[in-house]
Amino acid sequence: MGRADFRNPVSESRRAKWITIFVAGVFLALVLFIPLVAVFVEAFRLGWGAVLAAITQPDALAAIRLTLLVAAISVPLNMVFGVAAAWAIAKYEFKGKAFLTTLIDLPFSVSPVIAGLVYVLLFGTGSFLGPIFNSAGMQILFAVPGVVLATMFVTFPFVARELIPLMEDQGTGDEEAAISLGASGWQTFWRVTLPNIKWGLLYGVLLSNARAMGEFGAVSVVSGRLRGETVTMPLHIEILYNEYNFAAAFAVAALLALLALVTLVLKALLERVYGRDHAGAVRH
Amino acid sequence: MSVVTSSKARWRWKQPSVIPGFGLTLGFAIAYLSLIVLIPLAGVAWRSAALGWDEFFRIATDARVVAALRTSFWTAGLAAVINAVFGVIVAWVLVRYEFPGRRLVDAAVDLPFALPTAVAGIALTALYASTGWIGQYFVDWGIRIAYTPTGIVIALIFIGLPFVVRTVQPVLEDFDSEVEEAAATLGASRTQTIFSIILPALFPAILTGFALAFGRAVGEYGSVIFIAGNIPYVSEIAPLLIVMRLEEFNYPAAAAIGAIMLIFAFIILFAINLIQAWSRRRYGHG
Amino acid sequence: MTFKRTLALAALTGSMLLVGGVTAHGQTLINVSYDPTRELYREYNEAFNAYWQEQGNPAVTIQVTHGGSGSQARTVIDGLDADVVTLALASDIDAIAENSGKVREDWLGTLANNNAPYTSTIVFLVRKGNPKNLLDWGDLVGEGVEVITPNPKTSGGARWNLLAAWAWAEEEFNDDEEQVRQFVGDLYRNVPVLDSGARGSTTTFVQRGIGDVLLAWENEAFLAIEELGPDAFDIVVPSISILAEPSVAVVDEVVDAKGTRELATAYLEYLYSDVGQTLAAKHYYRPSDPSVVTDQSLLERFPDVQLATIDDFGGWGVVQPEYFGDGGIFDQIYQPAQ
Repeated sequence: MGRADFRNPVSESRRAKWITIFVAGVFLALVLFIPLVAVFVEAFRLGWGAVLAAITQPDALAAIRLTLLVAAISVPLNMVFGVAAAWAIAKYEFKGKAFLTTLIDLPFSVSPVIAGLVYVLLFGTGSFLGPIFNSAGMQILFAVPGVVLATMFVTFPFVARELIPLMEDQGTGDEEAAISLGASGWQTFWRVTLPNIKWGLLYGVLLSNARAMGEFGAVSVVSGRLRGETVTMPLHIEILYNEYNFAAAFAVAALLALLALVTLVLKALLERVYGRDHAGAVRH
Repeated sequence: MSVVTSSKARWRWKQPSVIPGFGLTLGFAIAYLSLIVLIPLAGVAWRSAALGWDEFFRIATDARVVAALRTSFWTAGLAAVINAVFGVIVAWVLVRYEFPGRRLVDAAVDLPFALPTAVAGIALTALYASTGWIGQYFVDWGIRIAYTPTGIVIALIFIGLPFVVRTVQPVLEDFDSEVEEAAATLGASRTQTIFSIILPALFPAILTGFALAFGRAVGEYGSVIFIAGNIPYVSEIAPLLIVMRLEEFNYPAAAAIGAIMLIFAFIILFAINLIQAWSRRRYGHG
Repeated sequence: MTFKRTLALAALTGSMLLVGGVTAHGQTLINVSYDPTRELYREYNEAFNAYWQEQGNPAVTIQVTHGGSGSQARTVIDGLDADVVTLALASDIDAIAENSGKVREDWLGTLANNNAPYTSTIVFLVRKGNPKNLLDWGDLVGEGVEVITPNPKTSGGARWNLLAAWAWAEEEFNDDEEQVRQFVGDLYRNVPVLDSGARGSTTTFVQRGIGDVLLAWENEAFLAIEELGPDAFDIVVPSISILAEPSVAVVDEVVDAKGTRELATAYLEYLYSDVGQTLAAKHYYRPSDPSVVTDQSLLERFPDVQLATIDDFGGWGVVQPEYFGDGGIFDQIYQPAQ
């Protein structure tokens, strides 16, 4: 592709290029980078020591632990679902496919408040399931299972959304060839399909993970905010903020932002190293 | 694709395929989908059904609810339009140009997914309040951003930022440069090529990104309540009304407003999938 | 496959961290409270634990959750196993009794002083020197005055705010309901931000610099000055305010199931002891029994103010639906604004 700097019929003038970059830069600065910088500035207002103290305090550690646990449960489950759903939708033609795809996307545009509400309606007082679980001694709402369920709901479509268009683009030719050469279904999946979709899958998992760690609205409805038990990192931030502990709140927020940024940069680097040979299959 | 159409043109639910695993994957996908999404959502429908049609209709047409839904929809719509315009520019810059820090910017675009929405709300409010780093410059012009609907739009731009960029980016990357070269050979100026060749081809992706950003923004709660001001009929959003009904222990009404938003969400998403299916047929990509 | 290994590693780290976090405890007590009591109960829990162990009991783990009073009540209704609730107003405990039966219907009166071990009132927090000269409720409806208060739909303190303004207006306008409504409507039309909770409003006023006056719990106003800016704010006490009674109750169903009734009752009763009352006063709550507080300097901080009571309005059973229910007086205030 003609990315050279000299004037070439399929690229823009230098001036147009830099104006475009400038416009994009100002836009991103206003809505993305300055808010991000503000989080870090607020966090480090009282210095490194305060940041360290804030994130190693027992309640903060418990919140980090719970956040990781919730992500460690919900992300793999959603990954397995995403792969299965993408396989069923992309590799076959059947009636009702558009409808099924829409249903899978639904949690995406459902308000996080509703995502929490559905589990309250399902397991709360006056619901059908709540008393059953309660009599079995299982607490769903205001306990870890509720937090996990709400997180799973919110991060539900990410992997599937990433994989479906990718696998549809790739078609069924490779798989059909493998099957006709005598490979089993599993062999085809592991040796043919998976290598083709791994970058899409990785991207979906990373997004899913980032969202799982950062979800606030849905989790806040079902959590009950028991310190050390059902408080995730975003909720811990809210609690600190409400206790006028602004610096500590932003310290934990900065940690969360940093985690996200590191995974995203990591993904970009991995792609740069390995991604070239799959240029056609990778989305970017 | 080895699709064999029956000569009798018999109605088939599924086209035959040599690839195994259809029952397993579809079965698992539907079971999991039902467990995590459909059954819980059915609870909302069931609870609001308990109201009866008349009561549901009364809640749906209540002036306050209508005003809140209107606020949610126009702010989300405006934010999505702004994201569509600037999202294309950002995607263009990321795909076509080399400049220092490009990879970092590329990675950072996904950040609104990851940053807790409440943190985003607090940070944006601090910046855009009339005493904030950015807000103070607007006050001189008599513009207040935080605690007005403008503030809601800012928060929703942040929330929806990744969608347009991430849907347009891959299409732009796959865009066949031969088409551009052909246009240039035939005498089209660069501006003509961009506006009559490239942008129309990007259009389905832009529309998808727009709809995704819109759908996500309509339901956003965490970041908006900090920056909105939450004044009834002015800057009160629909999800906040749901929360209020919950606090009043009025679960059916909460479920009813939730159901209205769910219906809209479903319509939006169905439209997105139709756009994608159409564009795949027409352009061969999503 | 790099990403699989990464994922496995992440899962492993997660589970290791989790195992590290499991600890064993004796009895636990969950106290579901409202927003501004964070500092009070942090200190009270330690004091109670010491007292409880002196009585020959094993140490107890006390968990307190905070939030808007209404949403806190909702968590109990929907199944949070709270042993005691210490909420902003009686109607939220009524709601628990009505909607879940977890608290007995006749809970009010099971403890002294209407189940309110401490009371509070509503005052104005203004910017230093009171530049807009806001001295009483009547000044708040002036042109260009910005009033910060949370949303009465989601905040308990905000309901007391509205009632205090209402009580002043009734006196001012000789119970002319039309004028009272007009006044309260004008007051809320001067509100640029309705946060969902008391803490949110304080932050908006103090941190963001929005508004000329914050309608606040007396304890919240004192705390804001202490924590956020002794030189930046003044407290103004209006001529009439309201006696806000934050209520406490044992959650019968939970304590009977868990076998913690004795502990829960002791926890609430100790609030009425000299230690509990002194701690309440220290955190700017007005003790219900000031005679047991020996440190007079703590009591001298509370200004004298004429206080209306919730009974003047007919009790929460009447007030909640009439003023704050769906379509009630508060909703009507905003209707013409369309």
